[in-house]
Amino acid sequence: MPSKVTALPVRRTFGETMRTDAWWLQPVVVFVVFTSFVIYSTWAAFQGNNYYSGNLLSPFYSPLIWGDPEAHSFTGTLEPGWWPSFLPVFSPAFVILWAPVSFRLTCYYYRGAYYKAYWPGPSSCSVGTPREAYMGERNFPLILQNAHRYTLPFALLLLVFLSHDAWKALWFQTESGSEKLGLSLGTIVLTANVVLLSGYTFGCHSLRHLIGGGIDKLAGRPVQRAAYECVSWCNGRHMIWAWCSLIWVSFTDIYVRLCAMGIWADWRIL
Amino acid sequence: MKTTTFKVWQGNSDGGELKTYEVEVDQGYVVLDAIHRIQAEQANDLAVRWNCKAGKCGSCSAEVNGSPKLMCMTRIDELPADKPITVEPMRTFPVVKDLVTDVSWNYEVKASIKRFSPKTADHEDGSWDMDQYDVERPQEFRKCIECFLCQDVCHVLRDHQLHDRFAGPRHYVYVANMEMNPIDTGDRVAELREELGIGYCNITKCCTKVCPEGITITDNAIIPLKERVVDQSYDPLARLIKLVKGSGD
Repeated sequence: MPSKVTALPVRRTFGETMRTDAWWLQPVVVFVVFTSFVIYSTWAAFQGNNYYSGNLLSPFYSPLIWGDPEAHSFTGTLEPGWWPSFLPVFSPAFVILWAPVSFRLTCYYYRGAYYKAYWPGPSSCSVGTPREAYMGERNFPLILQNAHRYTLPFALLLLVFLSHDAWKALWFQTESGSEKLGLSLGTIVLTANVVLLSGYTFGCHSLRHLIGGGIDKLAGRPVQRAAYECVSWCNGRHMIWAWCSLIWVSFTDIYVRLCAMGIWADWRIL
Repeated sequence: MKTTTFKVWQGNSDGGELKTYEVEVDQGYVVLDAIHRIQAEQANDLAVRWNCKAGKCGSCSAEVNGSPKLMCMTRIDELPADKPITVEPMRTFPVVKDLVTDVSWNYEVKASIKRFSPKTADHEDGSWDMDQYDVERPQEFRKCIECFLCQDVCHVLRDHQLHDRFAGPRHYVYVANMEMNPIDTGDRVAELREELGIGYCNITKCCTKVCPEGITITDNAIIPLKERVVDQSYDPLARLIKLVKGSGD
């Protein structure tokens, strides 16, 4: 059991460091990008319109359980009957976004990144922290971060719906009313979104643990071993997947929104 | 030969200060070479711990320009030439003198951790059958040279000084080496959660960044151990499955 150590050097004050490099750059970039994403996604979720255009559906609104019947929502109604009347707005995104938000919020990579950018505990390595007291992830509320694995099934389920959306984006209505296989810039945007989100989700630390990391013997289990290696490969690049998918999912919503608003016409390639 | 300015911390547990030295450095010099030159030519009483000069003994840990590094592996030509180079002792441990710190706390923590306890040998000669694939995962953790740079950079020890509640990344690597070993029968998960305080880690990954052996401390040791703690303490479904299936691998 660890014991107390006395005669330690005086702790440095907030931001105090002997580092001479631009240690502040990374937390600032994380702060700007993450805050921009939160602001934009909140705004987009509250809009409740311009989330589909032809065969393109915004990932913020997928799966479309309630929503415009023209966009083939599952229920065919604009909003659920149980939605409280005292709440002024309903947006189809409200019943979906909690899943990816909780998955990212409890993600091991993002935790380290946003603790540095927002908390800041610490802002960067070997830079003084603002407070002496510290509880870590042992107490409420941060102990809830341990529920990360419970958000994983929902994130995986979303990939199924987004893959279906990308598949639907390959089919275009002809003048006769039938559907024809084709390709547009929107198709590529939606497909890239699925690829990036898959890279991020399949690199999840909890998935890595559940698929094989939690046991000590993988020899003699070829399928499990192969799955563990695939997840480990994605996990080794988790940060890259995390940021690329975060930025691209916003871009995908912007692309669909611009098409829906008539500002941009989806460029048909084939 | 060119002259470089060094600011070297000198003092003891009561306090100290950065003293400035102008040092002639040759091509290929590392920080430890310059410190030795200062010791030989300008400050004979400068205390510095070193041994192999090859990045394998973990003795010459210090903070160069504010970042934890092995002095023998830090080339001077890789540091900004326009500013003085500062060299300080590790801030997570008590200073003995100048650049030498008392790292004995680490050995006390290590001695308190449940020992490696192998299962009964598979063969009469006392050996076990192990697949190379299963050996390789804990093998990464055996690269640790106990330089304690990861302990030095960890803010839980460095800034919050929770030495009595938090074992630090080096010891999580040590535990991971045993926990992931297929012939080990010991269970240290409860110990990790309570005495070793793994819940204090908030995954800043600073330990991984400073490791001179390139051990992926956070992703391969700490997070997998955190997940094992979740299995045992926070996940009712995992506990239920374990109850039904039994605890074997």
